[in-house]
Amino acid sequence: MRPPDRPLFVARESYRRSRIIDAIKLVPVLGALLFLIPILNMSSGSATTFSGLLYLFLSWLGLIGLSAYLARRVMQKDVGSEGEMAESPDKDAQ
Amino acid sequence: MVSFNLLALVSFAYVAVLFGVAFWADKQARKGKSSWLRSPLIYTLSLSIYCTAWTFYGAVGYAARSGLEYLTIYLGPTLVLVGWWWILRKLVHVGRAQRVTSIADLISSRYGKSNLLGVIVTLMAVIGTTPYIALQLQSVTLSFSVFAADQQAGWARPDLNITAFWIAAGLALFTILFGTRSLDVNERHSGVVTAIAIEAVVKLVALLAVGIFVVWGIAGGPAEIAEAIETSQMATWKMDGARWVSITFLSAAAFLTLPRMFQVLVVENANERQLATASWAFPLYLLLMSLFVLPIAVMGLKTMPEGANPDLFVLTLPLSQNREGLAMLSFLGGFSSATSMVIVAAIALSTMVSNHIVMPLWLWARRANPGASQSGDLRRFVLISRRLAIGGILLLGYAYYRFSGGGAALAAIGLISFTGVAQVLPALLGGLFWRGATRTGAAAGLISGFVLWAYTLYLPSFGADGIISSKMLADGPWGWGWLRPQALFGLGGIDPVVHALFWSMIANTTAFFAFSLGSFPTPLERLQSAQFVHALPQNTPSRSSLIGSGGAEDLLVLSQRIMGPVQAQTLFENHAKRQGKDGYLPDPTPDFIERLERELAGLVGAATAHAMIGPVVGGVAVSVDDLMAVADEAQQVLEYSTRLEAQSEELSRTARQLSSANDKLTQLSVQKDAFLSQISHELRTPMTSIRAFSEILAEREQALTPDERHKYATIIQDETIRLTRLLDDLLDLSVLENGQVSLDFQPVYLHDVIDRAEVACMSFLGAQKLVIHREKGNEAISLYTDTGRLAQVFINLVSNAAKYNRAAAPRLDIRISLREGRVLVDLIDNGDVIPVEKRALIFEKFSRLSDQAAAGSAGLGLAICREIMGKLGGRVDYLPGQGGAAFRVTLPLSDPKIRDNS
Repeated sequence: MRPPDRPLFVARESYRRSRIIDAIKLVPVLGALLFLIPILNMSSGSATTFSGLLYLFLSWLGLIGLSAYLARRVMQKDVGSEGEMAESPDKDAQ
Repeated sequence: MVSFNLLALVSFAYVAVLFGVAFWADKQARKGKSSWLRSPLIYTLSLSIYCTAWTFYGAVGYAARSGLEYLTIYLGPTLVLVGWWWILRKLVHVGRAQRVTSIADLISSRYGKSNLLGVIVTLMAVIGTTPYIALQLQSVTLSFSVFAADQQAGWARPDLNITAFWIAAGLALFTILFGTRSLDVNERHSGVVTAIAIEAVVKLVALLAVGIFVVWGIAGGPAEIAEAIETSQMATWKMDGARWVSITFLSAAAFLTLPRMFQVLVVENANERQLATASWAFPLYLLLMSLFVLPIAVMGLKTMPEGANPDLFVLTLPLSQNREGLAMLSFLGGFSSATSMVIVAAIALSTMVSNHIVMPLWLWARRANPGASQSGDLRRFVLISRRLAIGGILLLGYAYYRFSGGGAALAAIGLISFTGVAQVLPALLGGLFWRGATRTGAAAGLISGFVLWAYTLYLPSFGADGIISSKMLADGPWGWGWLRPQALFGLGGIDPVVHALFWSMIANTTAFFAFSLGSFPTPLERLQSAQFVHALPQNTPSRSSLIGSGGAEDLLVLSQRIMGPVQAQTLFENHAKRQGKDGYLPDPTPDFIERLERELAGLVGAATAHAMIGPVVGGVAVSVDDLMAVADEAQQVLEYSTRLEAQSEELSRTARQLSSANDKLTQLSVQKDAFLSQISHELRTPMTSIRAFSEILAEREQALTPDERHKYATIIQDETIRLTRLLDDLLDLSVLENGQVSLDFQPVYLHDVIDRAEVACMSFLGAQKLVIHREKGNEAISLYTDTGRLAQVFINLVSNAAKYNRAAAPRLDIRISLREGRVLVDLIDNGDVIPVEKRALIFEKFSRLSDQAAAGSAGLGLAICREIMGKLGGRVDYLPGQGGAAFRVTLPLSDPKIRDNS
């Protein structure tokens, strides 16, 4: 049971959190798109290896940065609730 | 030029350092100082076993042959990791909740603890990993040969096969030393993981160093490298779209299903935080590993002579520029990549082989000959089987290396392996997300995918006329063209890997879905499917009724053999405490049995644990309640009533405590009545004889001879002593119980106390031939206690063992162990076990096991022991499941609190 004066705040928090989780779930979709786009470009036959290298590494780096930002956000919000539980799944059993 | 001996010496020194680190980390973990071992950084680095020698040497070769396509191998895992919320998070939760030991265990456990599936996945994993291990042997052998190439004398240019053999043997030995030293519940291989983390750093540093040297040292800077790429033979990006998509998918799938990746990702995972960090940090590691691959490949092609093996550019480029230090670092990087992969893969595979093939065979053999296996420690057996499995797996890898000729490009071998292990993917994902997936479906999918993989990719990989004849490759078996291994159903002209992946995955998923839809799961399967698919919001159907009639003591005996006595006793003791019971034997509730089975599954796999516990609990592992829950699936209702259930559990716990207290009181009252008559009898008998003989002495003094007078006086004296002893005991007990006793605490060694007790017992037991076995090495423990009182306890227990042991050759074992700051002294004899219903009473005053007044005791000894131990801050308990009467004395180690109290 939550104290009656907190629901608005908590709702906002958990709303934020579930949007962050949505974002995390979308990251691989974005990644797949980025990594597969070059196939479309192939038919023109104009791409050079060097530009491909730059493109792939830059999108890779962007994906890593985005993922790092989201992972940090979601773990910050997790502290005290699920994170702790995950830390010691055996405590309740001992 | 670096000599071969120096190279071997450096390798050995490196391995020795790794071993030292692993040993040290294991020690830290055992001391409980392992929080840093579970840090996200170590976890991320341990994932780097994905980058094997294939990455270290093979990626450059791959880039030299196929341009940018080498990146797909790292883009696939990147997608899996950044999408950790989809699959990995659930996988890790399920793995932890079900105490999963390997990918085979996960599949077997999900589909109703089916051993058949465990065996299939294990065989697939062993066969699929064999080429991969061969790849590591080949790369290390090649790297040795690079250094040896310029040497003429000595064993500089040994036979490559012999080198490969000794590498395989060394790695097997190393893995056995590393990975199978002990067997503990919840064991995470802290030592191995730490060593792997160090190897991860070594290989990253080595590859970056070579890359930086190539870019700035050879080419002259980033601009020159860009120009070199633009002017090289791979200037235009020739992309094979089908291969690009297939290999990205394949590497993503293999990242989840490779046995060694499953080991570090799931089994060694400690919490979700690790995963959150790895979700971005490991892609970053992959990015850094592949950053300089293309520059190295381009510069290698440009500067190295025609025909040089591009798989070895990482090594040969620095050597050609006479940078021997750099070449040595690069060699160590490749060595790290290969060894870490082989070690973890061998550990993971040996666990699977021992849990899913050896243990079931052992259980099956036991059925035929039930007498042979009633005793003995199973842990040794499990460890030996794992060690043999490691040797066998490396031998297979060596055999593949020999058969395949050791000539193929590294990347080609790796892809064969990937396609093989990726066959587990449909069963894995289906099992995690679809409740309708059944055992039949999983088995059908696995087998059909595996057969097609073997036919279209694995067997042809042994080379023309290796296993499949070149005629059959070209025309198909019996001339049936539509069955050609590399052009099934006329789908020719495409890349063999794409071809094999396409057909095997189509067949696999089709069979998986078709057979799942068409079959009906067993109750246990449906129960497991609910637990796996709904793993995250912890809503497993709760169980409340008592199942079977399984004796808790039999379960303890079984668990002790698998987990070892210490862990098993702790588990049972804790659970008994949670049920509100004292001692070591909890009621065998479904809850307890489920937990025990899961703990055992952490050691021997779900299917084996299930099969071992089944007979003990009477073969009923699914309770009526479970069946009901499966039948009507009304779990929402169950959720609403969770709180009610918690309350009712609390009530039933209280009720259990009350009823056991009531039983005890009733029995005590009966006992007290019995004792009153007993004690009056005890007091009366000596009194009667004292009175009779003193009357004789008083009335007929003149008529007696001096001899007779002396005899009667002696009888009076003996009887008085007996009375005094009885009254002393009563007094002692009442003083102890009222807390008026003053204790004399002083530092003392445990062995002195036991020595004292042994000497005292031997002096007054004399003729009785009780043989005492002690572990003198363990007894050198310093205590701060009342020596006299503690000795009194031991004297009492030892003399009881002597008095009541009716074995032909009575013996008493005294075993010492340390646990959580307490000293445990177990006194175990080979006499009769104390019946369960008497165990609660033996520590009560005036209780005796038999009505015969054996050796004239009044039944106060154990009651006094218990009071004394309470005063000394410890306790004394009956220890069940030891094959004889056994008592455990628990003492605190030197504890300042006791000093204050005294």
